[in-house]
Amino acid sequence: MTQSKILLSRRSLLSAGAAGASSLVLAGCDTFDFLGEGESKTRSVLEKANDLTYRAQRLLIRNGALATEYSETEIRQGQRPNGSTDPQTAEYLALKSNSFADYRLSITGLVERPRSYSLAELRNMPSRTQITRHDCVEGWSCIAKWTGTQLSRVLDEAGVKPNARFVVFHCYDIYDESDPAAYYESCDLIDARHPQTILAYGLNGQSLPVANGAPVRVRIERALGYKQPKYVYTIELADSFSRFGLGKGGYWEDRGYDWYGGI
Amino acid sequence: MSIIRENADSVDAPALGPLIYRQSVVTRITHWTWAVCLFFLLLSGLQIFNAHPTLYVGNESGFGYDNAVLSMRAVDTPQGPEGRTNILGHEFNTTGVFGLSGPADNLKVRGIPSALTIPSYRDLGTGRVVHFFFAWLLVATLLVWLLASFFNGHLRRDIAPTRKDLQNFPRDVADHARFRFHHGRSYNVLQKLAYCSVFFILFPLIIATGLTMSPGFDAGFPWLLELFGGRQSARTLHFLAMFLLVSFFVIHILMVLLAGPFNELRSMITGWYRASPGTPEIEGDKR
Repeated sequence: MTQSKILLSRRSLLSAGAAGASSLVLAGCDTFDFLGEGESKTRSVLEKANDLTYRAQRLLIRNGALATEYSETEIRQGQRPNGSTDPQTAEYLALKSNSFADYRLSITGLVERPRSYSLAELRNMPSRTQITRHDCVEGWSCIAKWTGTQLSRVLDEAGVKPNARFVVFHCYDIYDESDPAAYYESCDLIDARHPQTILAYGLNGQSLPVANGAPVRVRIERALGYKQPKYVYTIELADSFSRFGLGKGGYWEDRGYDWYGGI
Repeated sequence: MSIIRENADSVDAPALGPLIYRQSVVTRITHWTWAVCLFFLLLSGLQIFNAHPTLYVGNESGFGYDNAVLSMRAVDTPQGPEGRTNILGHEFNTTGVFGLSGPADNLKVRGIPSALTIPSYRDLGTGRVVHFFFAWLLVATLLVWLLASFFNGHLRRDIAPTRKDLQNFPRDVADHARFRFHHGRSYNVLQKLAYCSVFFILFPLIIATGLTMSPGFDAGFPWLLELFGGRQSARTLHFLAMFLLVSFFVIHILMVLLAGPFNELRSMITGWYRASPGTPEIEGDKR
């Protein structure tokens, strides 16, 4: 092959490559935007992969397998607040003005003995402290020390009925004033009874700050941040989450996130 | 048409080489499935990246200190907003591409431009739905291909480099540098090494680092965090593996175009490949 031929073939190659790359870019432009529509049939097929992930992880990973815990020296910064950081609902503001002295955490739904706890009662129960990594769905992570009451103790005191399948957490915060739906979340009984699942009232050795969910937020250490509701006031045992919010099991799930949230 | 194309590169060769059956049906189906998977994984992955377009080293993301190795952001300057990309402490103005992009009258703060994400607008939830579906499909296809290629001999015959291949390495590099390609019965050593790197380094790396980002998976397999130096390091390595796979793709396409796109595409669609003149014929070849 002569030199000019090589140059020619290189040039045609480059233009062909550029054409190919630009068609790829155009394809990415908005051709697949329909997948963002909740009612898209294709999307509901793709979403089946999330069920598969949930089942596969439950199958592969022991129910009691612990999330990695870190040492004190690995706490190098405060816990980054995200989502709601200062709820403005009247009920919440009233509680906050009184340092949550009137706060009650209710356990309701499919339980033998519905009951409620004051913050002092929760604090007087045996506690668990853990230094764990908070993984946000956005991609960042932050290590912090959480202290709280194991959810399993509270569930045992209330007595979970055999037909209960999910734990639903109701929260005081409204994330978006233009879309006034209260935050809620849910998990299965495996995550609910996991030893590291706590009703956290302490963060890095202090009372849980408002920005991080005061007075009580849930920690489910094997899941992403949106599965760890803040400002929780009611824990409801249910056999399905279809009647809560838009029926997908959580505020962000109702807006397109996967329910499992462990990936 | 094919004859003209093929002869264009070898005017002095009198005859055509034999038509050989080179790609099994499993290889062909898995090849095109991966092509589709990688397209969707890349564009949905960039959507996910845009939710927090900063990469770090270690377990966590430094907000109170700096452990970032790459970041894309927008900053206000006296001249107006600018897109900035920082790589290992070196700052670049990337307005219009990274950090700040879109039509000139409507620039948006976003890491990767909307033309390179699925969906085009910001939608992390949908990006994740698309990403995880194609991640499962990629892994399933990889397992099918590995099993089939082990049993039908494709791995041993075509992918694993032999001692003779490695001895040919310098000559093969020189041939490639001159765009002089020999279309033999088997892959040349550079091809073998490229495919080996994808199957046995990049695919395992991108799958394992992807799983390390799952807090659920980490509880079952905490050694993954040790292996990659923490969840945020795993995220950075996932991004790096993506970059290397995109580089492989670009070279792969260049090589197909240079080596004769008709013949290469035919072999990956029908399985039949026209070898160079002089290639010894064996039973089963066609003319």
